Amino acid sequence: MSTNFHNNRDALAGLLFMALGAIGFVVALSYPFGSLQEMGPGFFPRVLGVMLVGFGIATLIKGLRSGERVEGAWGWLPLLLLVASLVAFGWLMERFGLLPALVVLIVTSARAGKEFRWKETAVLTVVLCLMAVAIFVWGLGLPYSLFSFEPGH
Amino acid sequence: MDVISHLSLGFGVALTLQNLAYCFLGVLLGTLIGVLPGIGPLVTIAMLLPITFGLDPVSSLIMLAGIFYGAQYGGSTTAILVNMPGEASSAVTAIDGYQMARQGRAGPALAIAAVSSFVGGTISTLLVAFFGPLIGTWALEFGAAEYFSLMFMGLVFSAVLVHGDLVKSLAMVAAGLMLGIVGTDVTSGLPRFSFGLSELLDGVGFTVIAVGLFAVAEIVQNISRTEKVEVFSKDIKNLMPTWADMKAAWKPTLRGTALGSFFGALPGITASVASFSAYMLEKKLAKDPSRFGKGAIEGVAAPEAANNAAAQTHFIPTLILGIPASAVMALMLGALTMQGIQPGPEVMNSRPELFWGLVASMFVGNVLLLVLNLPLVGLWARLTQVPYRWLFPAIMMFAALGNYSLNNSAMDVYLCAATGILGYVMAKLECHPAPLILGFVLGPMLEENLRRALLMSDGSFAVFVTRPISLTFLVVTFGLFVAMVLPSVRRRRDLATGGDGTD
Repeated sequence: MSTNFHNNRDALAGLLFMALGAIGFVVALSYPFGSLQEMGPGFFPRVLGVMLVGFGIATLIKGLRSGERVEGAWGWLPLLLLVASLVAFGWLMERFGLLPALVVLIVTSARAGKEFRWKETAVLTVVLCLMAVAIFVWGLGLPYSLFSFEPGH
Repeated sequence: MDVISHLSLGFGVALTLQNLAYCFLGVLLGTLIGVLPGIGPLVTIAMLLPITFGLDPVSSLIMLAGIFYGAQYGGSTTAILVNMPGEASSAVTAIDGYQMARQGRAGPALAIAAVSSFVGGTISTLLVAFFGPLIGTWALEFGAAEYFSLMFMGLVFSAVLVHGDLVKSLAMVAAGLMLGIVGTDVTSGLPRFSFGLSELLDGVGFTVIAVGLFAVAEIVQNISRTEKVEVFSKDIKNLMPTWADMKAAWKPTLRGTALGSFFGALPGITASVASFSAYMLEKKLAKDPSRFGKGAIEGVAAPEAANNAAAQTHFIPTLILGIPASAVMALMLGALTMQGIQPGPEVMNSRPELFWGLVASMFVGNVLLLVLNLPLVGLWARLTQVPYRWLFPAIMMFAALGNYSLNNSAMDVYLCAATGILGYVMAKLECHPAPLILGFVLGPMLEENLRRALLMSDGSFAVFVTRPISLTFLVVTFGLFVAMVLPSVRRRRDLATGGDGTD
């Protein structure tokens, strides 16, 4: 089986590290470097950036040599749904209150699973909402309104 | 004797009705959640952290510690019954524990796990009580150079001792250090990597990273997994181990305790490394090593003792030196800092009730764990059957609300989502998150101590090798590093660190 670049495990990891290191290094260029005696705020991130790029290059080369592939399929859809459920939660929480945010969070994340049953998810949503309100609002006394309307937050 | 008077002070704190109740509640909640398949101690603590915010520092620390070993024990139960350990250190227990369960011996496996955890926990707590003060006095002499070298050692250890590619693990440490920079620089007051967002001026919260890396990324992996697991929780009839079981288990338990206590006291070495080495040691000492992997009771007793022993001695570097030994300890440390307590060698003198109260509560917690677990084993076993499709939306709910409640801001939830993406991609590329998270935690302290050491030495790196304690740490680091890079040891290391070190 041939390994393409897009499923070469270590080559991708190397690129990821190189990107992280490069971003860190470039952003840190605007911070004073200082000297060894008096390290400025730019010293540590720039050194780390160089190290990360170095480790990244080594990993990239190793990947191109060995050609090891990423194991298993990527689960982009479940990842997308879970991330979307969190983002939706944060957005709704600040505008429409706790309950709408929770309902969207729970239903969206449940949708990420392999088996999804509407009735079961409905029961789960009610139970979890009750639990959340009982623990966080009544128990811990956090000042969250169950419903609110501030679309322009 | 000093220790006795300290311990009696501690028990005075731990045995008040209030703290006893929090310890009990912590152990109960920790086990309850830790026993759910796929949820490890780190995620359990991160989810339950907000509950402890309203308590006074001593009670909240006692409760968090209770949650921690409750979750750890719960994870072992799941490992034995479902072969789905929520954390790497229980992964070892799963090897032989699950086989015992398949042979209809789930009861004795669970009982031996409980008893050896208890023995490991109790003995290592005694060690903490005896050696804690000594190490505390010694640590008072530590300057910036010593702290830097010690943290450097911890970071290298965490990278070297995790399963998989060494360069990638080192890169993960560097990536974690880089993430730790986000926020306002202590010395210059300059905001770094904040990209103009005021929410980032205080840096990224630890729970945000922990939940993103370990809860969100983990759920995606669990959902995408295809194989079905057999659960053996219906046939727990007899808990009582046979006489032969106990005879076979007591020496491994003591050896596991010794290994676990030692490893737990070193920063950067996670409980999973301790339990794997305990397992490998037993396999080596056994007359018939081929029994391992087929339901050997030693394979349950030794790693469980080591795991729990390490969990207690982890508090030495964390509380006494202020250097969290693992990701879980970083959460505890974060909780303490939020309560306005700066851990370090001074804590023992300035807040004796905190340190000794915690030590005493570890004894209490271990007793509670035993008392709670043996009779409730049937209930825990039933909990392991909760379908995962009900669990992960619940984890997501706690993740979202827990992160939101930190600063009452949606930014933490968005950051957690972003960390989840990063964590999933890294996990797929076989980059382990444990070194990253330790780097993230130690980053700010590492930079600060490096800066202070170089300021005092006028920019000369000689300061790290001319001071004997600092030199010792660096020599040990270098020695381990060289040893692990040698091919013959490398092969053994791959065997010994088969887990992913997520605790």
